[in-house]
Parts: sequence; C-alpha cells; structure tokens
Amino acid sequence: MAEHILLRHRAIPGLDQIDTYRQNEGFVALRKVVTSMDPDDVTNEVKVSGLRGRGGAGFPTGMKWSFIDGHNWPHYVIANADESEPGTFKDREIMEGNPYQFLEGVAICAYAVKANDAYIYLRGEFWPIAHKLDQCIAEMETAGFLGEKLFGSNISIHLHTHLGAGAYICGEESALLDSIEGKLGQPRLRPPFPPAVGIYGKPTIVNNVETLTNVPFIINRGATWYKSIGTEKSPGPKIFSLSGCINRPGNYELPLGTTFRELIMDHGRGIPGGRKIKAIMAAGASSALIVANDEALNTPMDYESVPKLGAQLGSASIIVVDDSVSIPWLINKTVHFFEHESCGKCTPCREGTYWMMHLTERISHGEATMKDVELLNDVANQMKGKCLCALGEFSIEAVLSGIERFPSDFTSVTAKSNA
Amino acid sequence: MPMKNMVSLTIDGKQVTVPEGTLIVNAAKQIGIDIPVFCYHPKMEPVGMCRQCLVEVGRPVIDRATGQAVLEADGSPKIQFGSKLETACSTPVSDGMVVIGTSPKAVAGRKDILEFLLTSHPLDCPICDKGGECPLQNLTMRHGPGQSRFVYDEKMHLAKKLPLGELIYLDRERCIQCGRCVRFQDIIVNDPVIAFTNRGRGMEIFSCSEPGFDSYFSGNTTDICPVGALTTADFRFEARPWELCTTASICPHCPVGCNLSVNLRREARANGEVVIKRIMPRQNESVNEIWICDKGRFAYHYTQSKERLTQPLVRRDGELVAIGWDEALSYVAENFVHAGKNFLALASGRLSNEDLFNLSELANGLGGKSALYTHMAGGDLVAQVGVGKATNLSDLGKGSVILVVASDLKEEAPIWWLRVKQAAERGATLIVANPRHTKLERYANQVVRYPYGSEATIVLAMINTMSAKQNFPKAPKFQQGGEAVKTAAEAISAAENLIVFYGSEGIGLEASQALAQACANLLLATDHVHKVNNGLIAVWPRANDQGAWEIGYRPLSNLKEAFQQYEAVYVAGANPAGDDPSLVEAIRNAGFVVVQDLFLTETANLADVVLPAQPFTEREGTFTTGERRVQRFYPGVVRPEYKPDYAITAAISKLAGVNVEAAPLRIFNHLTAKVPAFNGINYRLLAQVSEQWPIIGRSDLYYGGTSYANAQGLGVHLSLPAQTPSLAWPQVSELNLPESMLLAVPVTILYDRGRTVISNGLLHQRIPSPYIELHPTDAQRLGFNDGAQLQFTMGDVLAKAKLHVSDQVPSGVALVPRSLGIPINSPTIIELTVV
Amino acid sequence: MNALLEKYPDEVQSILAKYPSDQAGKRSAVMPLMYLAQREKGHVTKEAIGQIAEICDITVTEVASIIGFYSLYYDEPSGKYHVQVCTDLPCALRGAEAFLENLCVNLGIKVGETTSDGKVKVEAVMCLAGCDKAPMFQVQGPEGLEYHENQTVESALEVINMLRQG
Repeated sequence: MAEHILLRHRAIPGLDQIDTYRQNEGFVALRKVVTSMDPDDVTNEVKVSGLRGRGGAGFPTGMKWSFIDGHNWPHYVIANADESEPGTFKDREIMEGNPYQFLEGVAICAYAVKANDAYIYLRGEFWPIAHKLDQCIAEMETAGFLGEKLFGSNISIHLHTHLGAGAYICGEESALLDSIEGKLGQPRLRPPFPPAVGIYGKPTIVNNVETLTNVPFIINRGATWYKSIGTEKSPGPKIFSLSGCINRPGNYELPLGTTFRELIMDHGRGIPGGRKIKAIMAAGASSALIVANDEALNTPMDYESVPKLGAQLGSASIIVVDDSVSIPWLINKTVHFFEHESCGKCTPCREGTYWMMHLTERISHGEATMKDVELLNDVANQMKGKCLCALGEFSIEAVLSGIERFPSDFTSVTAKSNA
Repeated sequence: MPMKNMVSLTIDGKQVTVPEGTLIVNAAKQIGIDIPVFCYHPKMEPVGMCRQCLVEVGRPVIDRATGQAVLEADGSPKIQFGSKLETACSTPVSDGMVVIGTSPKAVAGRKDILEFLLTSHPLDCPICDKGGECPLQNLTMRHGPGQSRFVYDEKMHLAKKLPLGELIYLDRERCIQCGRCVRFQDIIVNDPVIAFTNRGRGMEIFSCSEPGFDSYFSGNTTDICPVGALTTADFRFEARPWELCTTASICPHCPVGCNLSVNLRREARANGEVVIKRIMPRQNESVNEIWICDKGRFAYHYTQSKERLTQPLVRRDGELVAIGWDEALSYVAENFVHAGKNFLALASGRLSNEDLFNLSELANGLGGKSALYTHMAGGDLVAQVGVGKATNLSDLGKGSVILVVASDLKEEAPIWWLRVKQAAERGATLIVANPRHTKLERYANQVVRYPYGSEATIVLAMINTMSAKQNFPKAPKFQQGGEAVKTAAEAISAAENLIVFYGSEGIGLEASQALAQACANLLLATDHVHKVNNGLIAVWPRANDQGAWEIGYRPLSNLKEAFQQYEAVYVAGANPAGDDPSLVEAIRNAGFVVVQDLFLTETANLADVVLPAQPFTEREGTFTTGERRVQRFYPGVVRPEYKPDYAITAAISKLAGVNVEAAPLRIFNHLTAKVPAFNGINYRLLAQVSEQWPIIGRSDLYYGGTSYANAQGLGVHLSLPAQTPSLAWPQVSELNLPESMLLAVPVTILYDRGRTVISNGLLHQRIPSPYIELHPTDAQRLGFNDGAQLQFTMGDVLAKAKLHVSDQVPSGVALVPRSLGIPINSPTIIELTVV
Repeated sequence: MNALLEKYPDEVQSILAKYPSDQAGKRSAVMPLMYLAQREKGHVTKEAIGQIAEICDITVTEVASIIGFYSLYYDEPSGKYHVQVCTDLPCALRGAEAFLENLCVNLGIKVGETTSDGKVKVEAVMCLAGCDKAPMFQVQGPEGLEYHENQTVESALEVINMLRQG
C-alpha cells in the first residue's frame, strides 16, 4: 500500500497546521455529513465499510454506533486516547502529526450519533499533546468547523480534552467512563454497555483514536473503497507499532493482512546483532507468546488469522523477542506491569496478579522450582474466565503461553535453584 | 401497580417462579439455596466485583430463524451453558434458565475465589471479633483450601487497628475489598466519607472527614461487613457472638422506634451480673428496615452507669438520705393522698405506655391531674389524622408527596431522614419547608423558605392557594409565600398520597400546636386522611410522646406556676430544672416533689423524695412511635432489686387507696380497653411476625449481614377515630423582629449533652460544647469573630456559648441547639456580649 | 475563601465549563483541578483537597481517594522534578534497565531516590508510549510534562543537570 491514510503527515509535511490540512481534503467529509447526510446514513456507511475498533477489541465500529440508545439524551462521544498498552505508540503519532484528521473523525462520529459534546480522554503523560489538541480545537472553532450552527445548520458540536493521570486501566472503556466522571477509574459491571448507559448515565460511544481517524476517508472515498484495502473480514489500513528486538522500531501503516514476516523482516529490517527471532507478542503485553517459526511469520496480521496461532492481534502492538531473551524474565516484566496497573476491584485480578508477581519474581531470579512454575500455571488458570474486565484476563496470556510453548526456558532457570 | 411477568427456572434441580428481573441470587434465596456472596447486598444494586457467587448458567437454545426452542431427543429443551461461570448477583433470571451451583465446575470456581481471598487474609480468627458470625469463615470451612499455597513472607502487611473515626476501627489486612461499606455510605445514606483509594492489592478503605467517618449511620457498615475488617470501638474484643444472649427491644431515643436486639452476657468481671455487650438492629421493614443510627447503637451505656440511683432517697434536714422502699413509698403515698386534687403527675415521652397509663390512673384516682413534659405540641391532632394502618414509608414513590415542615430530620430522627430520602429517590415528591438549609433538602423537589415564626402561616398559605381553585373553606388572612408555596400547593393537590412530617425547628409549645393544626387542615382539606400511606407524623423529641398524647396527656403552658400551684408533684422521666434553670426556685419551694428517674438530676436534687427507676433494657413495656405504631420491648438485664416505673406507681397507688394494676399485661389490657385508639390491640398481636424481605438470619450471614431477624413482633398501628375532625383555624401571630435585634431559636442536634448521650464516653468527641450560630453578616455587624466566647441572658439565666459563623443561618437569627446546657424552649430575643 | 479559586479564577472557570453544570458534571472537574492544585508545590496539599471538594461539591474523602488511585498525583512532596524512566518490556528489550542503572550510578542515588539537592527524583515507570525511541524518560515538573527520547546516559545527564541548575 503506497498511500498513507492515517499517517499522512509522513507524506505531507506541516499537516499538523490547519491551513495545510485544509489544503489536503481537510474537513471535506465533515462538511459533507453535516450538510448533506442523515446521521443514520453516516452510521450505515461506516457499518458497510467494515471498520473495526482499533483499540484492541476489534468490534465493528458502525454497529457500535448503531447501538446508541435513542430514548435517552443527551448523547456523548469519547475518543479513547489513553494509549498505555506496552508496545503501543500509534495514537500518539496520529495526534502529534495528523491531529485534524483525528478531530474531524471525532466530530463526524458526534454528528452520526447525535451528540453535541465529545471528550478526548488522553493519558496523563500526553499532557503536551492535549495542549496541542486544545489549540487545534480552538482553530477549528475559529474556522467554523466546530462550535455552534456548523455550516449554517442547527448542529453544534464541541470537543473537549480531558487528561487521565497515570492508570492503564482507564483505557478500558467502562473504567474510562468512571474516570471521566471523577471517580476511581474502575470497570463497571456490563451490561449495560456504554451505548445504553455511559457517562452521567447517558448513551456514550467510546472509540479509539486510530478508529476515528479512519472515518473522514470512509466518508470521502466511500465504504466500497475502504473495503478494497486489507482482507474481507478485516478491512482497512492498520498502524502496526513495531518495537523490541528489531532494527527499525516504529509505526508502520500497512493493510490488514500483511504478514508478520513482511513487517518484521522487511519494514523492520529484522533482528539486530545477528540474533534469531524467538517469539512475537502481537498485542503488546496483553499477548500470548507466538512461537516465531515459519508458520507464524507467514501468517497474515488480521483479526481472523492470528487466533490460529493461539493469540490475538489486539491493538497490533508487535513486540519482537529474540533468542537472547529469557521467557521467565519476560513474563516477570509483563506480570509486574499488570500487577502495577490492576485496579483492585475484582478478587481474581487483584489477588492473582499480586500472587503471580511474587512467583515470577522468584522464578525469573532462579529462586524457584518447577513446582512453583506449576503453581504459577495454576494461579493463572484460576484467574481465567473469572475477572471483571479484560485486564485480568489478558494478564495471564503471556504466562500461560510462555510456560506451555517455551518449557525449556523454565526448566533451565529452575534447575539452578536448590529449593 | 401492574403485575410483573413471572419467570420459571431451575436452580440446583429445584424449580422456582419469580417476577421478571429478579436476580439469580435472590431467586435462589427464596427456595432456601444460599449462593455465597460478599459484594452483593440485597439492599443495593449489584456490582459483580468479588466474583464469589459464580454459578453455571444454562439457557434454552432458540432457533434464530423460527424463534422456536430447540429440543433434545427426549423433547426437553436444549440448554446451552456458557463457557464461563457467571455471577449470580448480577444476572437476572429468564424463562427456562438452568442454574447450577453444585457442579464440580461451579464449586471449583467458588473455591478458587476463596483461595484468592485467603492469600491476603490474616489468620486472625482467634482474636477477631467477627469469628463465629463470619461468612468468610463459614465458607472456608465449607469450600476452602485447608492449607495455603501462598508464601507467608510475601503476604502484604497493612494497618490492623486503624480508627476511621473513634467509633469504627478498620483492619486493612482483613478487608476483602467487597465495597459494601463504601457503597452503603454512598448510595444508601449518601455520606461518602469513606472511600477506596490506591490500586490493586493495595486498594484500601480510608476516611478523611473530620471527625473521621463522620456519619450518623457508620455502625451499620459493621453489620454488613462480611469479615472482621470493620468493627465498632464499642464491641471490639468485648465478647464472642456465641456467648451472647439476645433480647428484643425498641430504641428509646426518638419517635422512629427502631427495632433492636440487645446482646447480653453474664460476666465474672461484673460480679456475675448480666452486661449489655452491644445493640444490634432487628429487622422491621416498616420501621427501620435493617438499620439503626449510631445514637441508638452506641448510646446505651447510660443504662449501666455507675451513677445510677440505686436506692430511694428522702430529704431530711435539707439533705437527701437513702431509705428503704417501704418507708419511701408510704411517705410518698401519704403526701399524695393529702394533696388530693392538688396532685400533679408530670411525665415525659421517655416512659412507656404502661408507665404513663398508671400515672394517669393514679392522678385520676386522687382527683388530680397528669401532664406531659414536652416542648412540642399537636399530638392530639396526630391522634385524629395520623397515618392509617399498614402505612409503610417504603411504599411511597411516584404519586406520593411528602411534606417535611419545621424539622431538621437528619438530626431529629435519622432513620426517618433515610426513609424519606429513599422515597424521594423512588420518585416521591419531597417538599421541604424550613427557615434554613437542612440535610434533607438535597433530595427535595421543592424547597419552601419562611422566616422563623411563620411555620403555621406557610402551611395555611398553601391551603389558601388551593382553596382558590377547589372550594375549600378559606383560611382567614394567610396570604404568604409566593411561587414556592404555589408550586407546593399544586403538587399536594395532585398527590395520590400525602404524608406530612412536622417538627419543632425553632418553635415551642404554642407554635407547634398551631403548626400541627395547620398541617391537619392541609390533610383534611385535600382528603389525605384515614387512608393508608396518608396522614400526619410528628417528629417528637422523645420515643413515646405519641403514646402520651393518645393516653390523654397534655402539656402545661406554665411549669413555674404549676410547681407553685400544686401541692404534690410527681415527676417521672423528666428534668425540668436541668432543662431550664429558671425553674429551680419554683421547684425548691414547691410543696411536695417526688422525682422518679435513673440519675440524680438537677430536679431530683431539689426533690423531697427520689425514687430510682429502670431503663428500657431492664424491663418490659410498649412504646408508640410517631407513626402511631405500638411496639413491645422486653427486659434484657434482670435486676430484681429495682422496680420499673409502672410498678413503683402501682405500689404508691395501692398505698394511696387507688386501684392501679401492677402487672404489665393487665395494665396494657386496661389501657387498650380505656383508650379507643388502642382498642383491639393486645400483646399477642404485638408479637406477630411475617416473612420479611430481604431474608436476614443468623443461619445465613452472607446475604444481609449480621442484623437480627425479627421473631418477636412487628408491632401494630393504632386505630384512628371513626370521624375525621373538622377544620379549625389556629391563632397565628407573626414574629415582628425589630431591626438589629437577634432572635434566638431552638434547633435540635443528634449528639447533645442529654444524659443518655453524655453518659457514654464513646460519643464524647462528637458532642459539641455549648455553641450558638450566627450568619457572617450579623457576626460582623456585632463585632464578633468565629469561635468567640459569648454570653447572653435567657430568661433569668446567664448562658455561655461559643460562636459558630455559618452562611446557612438566616440573618437576624441565632441558632441555639437544645440540650447543650442553654435553656431555650421557644424563640427569644437575645443580646450577645463577649465573655 | 477558596484559595484555588482565587489564584486561578479563569482556569477554574474554563475547566468547569467543559462539563455539564449539574452535580454529576461538576465532579468531573476533580481531575483537572488536581493538576492545577499540584502545579505550585508538585503535590496536592490538604488545604487544596478541601478547596477542590468545595468547587466540585463532593466530600474531601472523595477527592482524596483519587490521589492514591492515579500514579501522577502526589500527596507528599518528593523532589522538584521527577525523572521517570520507562523500564517496561519493549524499552527493556532495548537496554532500558541498564540505562537506568547507569544513570543512577552516575547520580549517586538508587532508583526511587532523590538527588542530594532535593531537586530530582529518579523513578522507574511503566510504558510511556515511546517504545520505538528507547531508552527514554519523561520529566514531570511544575511547568508540566516533557518527553526525552532516544537517550544515552550522557544526554540524560545533560538534561538532568539543566534541571538541577534551573
């Protein structure tokens, strides 16, 4: 795929300035929807395009928009910019380099679901980015692309930024809702889901930054065009964040369905230091470890194919692991992350991540036996299927897959201990 | 109300049919299946966070194309079980659902969650107060692992005796983060003064209100806490639950009449005496549900005070000396007979129906008089237009209007505040009429402000507004109020049900009688009388004031005169000299004064004879709540060397030649025969119980907490007279306050310096020193700073108080809390000076 | 007298204007107000908690609960600048742990400690979304938050020395 749809700033310098953006199809889609399209038709177009949530869940975006409860008002839109999954840095580049396309996408979503106010929830560390977005919003308001009576209609749309304060769990959509409401950012019981009951008890659509950035192009070029990119069930371009043991880490915008091999070996220029690839984590720290054999490398990166390898594509945060890395060391890192970020609300995650952390600490430092590894496996399995939200459920993925698929790493580290 | 659809399902092989929307855990409870829960509580919406209630849930498979149920080969519906266990607390039932909690998968799920909880939980059972009534303990015995797989050194160590405030202690190691306490405080009583903070395993409860855990309902969290994390300072390390005996009682502090269970234990360190260990709520869904306020829970120590009177005292040569009962009673009877029709019995609503009846019988027998010691009137009207039988505040919702006038309900009757708040949250229209902001207003749909002195006027103005439209007889010349009154009147006219609460905020006897009359007129004019969930409720200062009014007691307008006029005065359960020092001389110089009380009060110190009585915990009797519900209480601590009030009165009567019963059953039967409102009520009826929801019980502690089930009686409403009274228009005069003068008005606070509260060391930090509240503008004008020590004369007494400045005080007004040592009964103009 | 309101009247108003004006909406302002209160001293004082509670019309306990939950709010003073180095998995795979260790050795402190002049606290933190530019760190200080990416120990020391002098 030659053309950038999302990371357009790489081809167009200065796209983060409103004038440059306007000269490059800027706000054409927004004007189109407000002046000539019915909100339901906008939702339908996005539905037909097959766009799926880019935050990790892959839920069909248009379908989510259509679930908004038309009996309860007002409606809200929230753009989830709480990018905190280790290995993920795509939303950051979008907001730094191509902010107006993202904001235009938010506004179009607001129009489609008949919301007047949209919040952009950014992780607290993105403080400078929030300021940049505030400036962009102000400029859009001055130019008449946000605010009251857009394009001479009765429609008013206002965007506001809201900063989080250092809690990964707030990226989980129901926890995000409580966080914006000023409470502890802990997930809610579902059902009801946000399109029925969101912030302040009102219907809310929560979408990832990258997801919304796709929307102006879908409107401008049409759903059919969008479907021509990627695969049948996973259409569209995707930004793959490549990191870890790789020569060229960074964001790569490629069609869904591109193989791991192409991303890692071509774009990423392979493994540095002449080492060999050992494992791939496709969904950041929330991943199962994929054994990096030929079958895996030849697998297309889309939501249907990756599960055949016993893993998920998730947010497409591809962390590459080479053969110098000890898997016990690696899962100790991921478990530490989840233990630190667990909100504490539900028993299995609160107690389980804490327990796993102590076990992975001892195991990775050679202070444990195989019995401890078995216990770790037990604890992880005990958490499975019982947690209130995906954080707990995903925290066990690397652990279970690591023990199952790289057993020799564990036997070698425990053979050193006397216990 | 439309009938809900019914749904049938199977739980562990047993069929049950319940209304649509019922949660699995509640459906199971109804057929005796206890699914273990921690975070779920039947009085709150589910949160699904502890994950203990996991069950297997199967649902009938429906063919998407045809909409028909798919059947197995044998014709039974095909059931699809989810791959994951589901939480029973958050899943509503559906037709044909199959729930399994006993399969290996479900049991393993429960065991897994228990094991997780136990990795952090300390092995404190030997020293933990909850041991013996602990759901976690019980569940562990049933399902849990016998040994821990968690390395002890890696256990997180946290604060173990953290006072959240001085009343409630938190043990953070024991806390299983179920959230019940936090949600109770936030959602049920709306005092979010405790909260979770931190994340993950470090998530812990804390409070930074001042004082800590600043809520009148904090004790309830220790009932619903499923482990020994929250304990009361009162009961910490005091006893083991299995050592306790229980007796059913009724709270003596306020007219709500919360049902109590008194826990007792015989103790060696008390010389073999039975001692009260704690007060717990007893379930009565029509009165207090499963809650009690902290005053009811903690302010019982006065009953065990070392300062209690133990022997009769008689004045000889100016001093009070101890004598025997026989001598004392003879002496008293002699003097009463001599007084004859110049005899006065002065009793308060602290006494039970039996005590009050006997006193009035004695007075009648002697040809004398009995009177009610109170600062609040109107009970005769409540007797005529009180709430109808089967009234239950929990039934009020949309279509009902609740008017609360001249009462700071949260201070005067906290559980009524809670029930009115909940009614408003269910859709009832709440109208709060008060001269200043009170904590009930947050839930009010309408607020009506009026100046102190215009209580009755404002209610009459509402009637006037309505009579313009609906032909009610117009009230003479009451045209106040403006928009707020109009809106209130509209709501009241349209109401299906109307309940009016009136209190004594800023008023005394005369004004409260006028207010009661105005409220009665409002109810009569709008036909909201003699019906269930309609009527007048008085927020009395004491538990059994309504009982006194029903029996025929009326207040005296001039107590000083009474003490001068009557030859013999028999004061029971009242301390006029303590409440109003200007009465001291009159009492000292009065003819023959007998004081019957628990303590040597200021009045007792002036008496000729002092007779020791018994508190509610040591005797039986009945109280009549402000809702006119009669409830019975039973003795917990038996002290044969003492006599209850009714027995003392009976003994005196016998010696005085007046026929008065001595046994409570007989007294009550005479009472019910004589007083029409009580006709048909007997002790057996009072003891009737029916199944209440939620099911609370000692055998299953998971569910509702450790409140007690009610096996002793739910009480019975008094009858209303057959005829409704006619409208009578009260005399009302406006209080015209000259500019730059301050009007001191009495208000009520929950924790005051009354004997029942101050005898308890536990509550001392929450009891203020005498204070007076002014608006900042007034304070500034008079040149006073916040916190200044001021003095002023009240009657003939010099009162001293600390100044609190608050912008919630109306200007020109000084708020003076009652029972803090400043004698105030009705609005009085005062002059303040710095001490 | 609400000091927060008096010191930053415009900012407080524009914060409140973002959310609905009812009870539920006012509570949303607690997070941005917390940042405002933290600006001066790098942590939130007890007085500020009371001021935020008053503006948002919630209890002091509800405000304070937020501080413990979120990593970027502090209720205790600890160094003027926080140098927060990411040592999460992707950065660790590119040498972040060794980078942090060396940095601390050079500063003469351990991870989690503050330099002797009380100016700079060095911490290890979770993923900052700078995985392709590891080793990297962020500096949290009174003026706000700044990323420093593609760092070496030398370049990091330069940044830190500027902070300690400024």
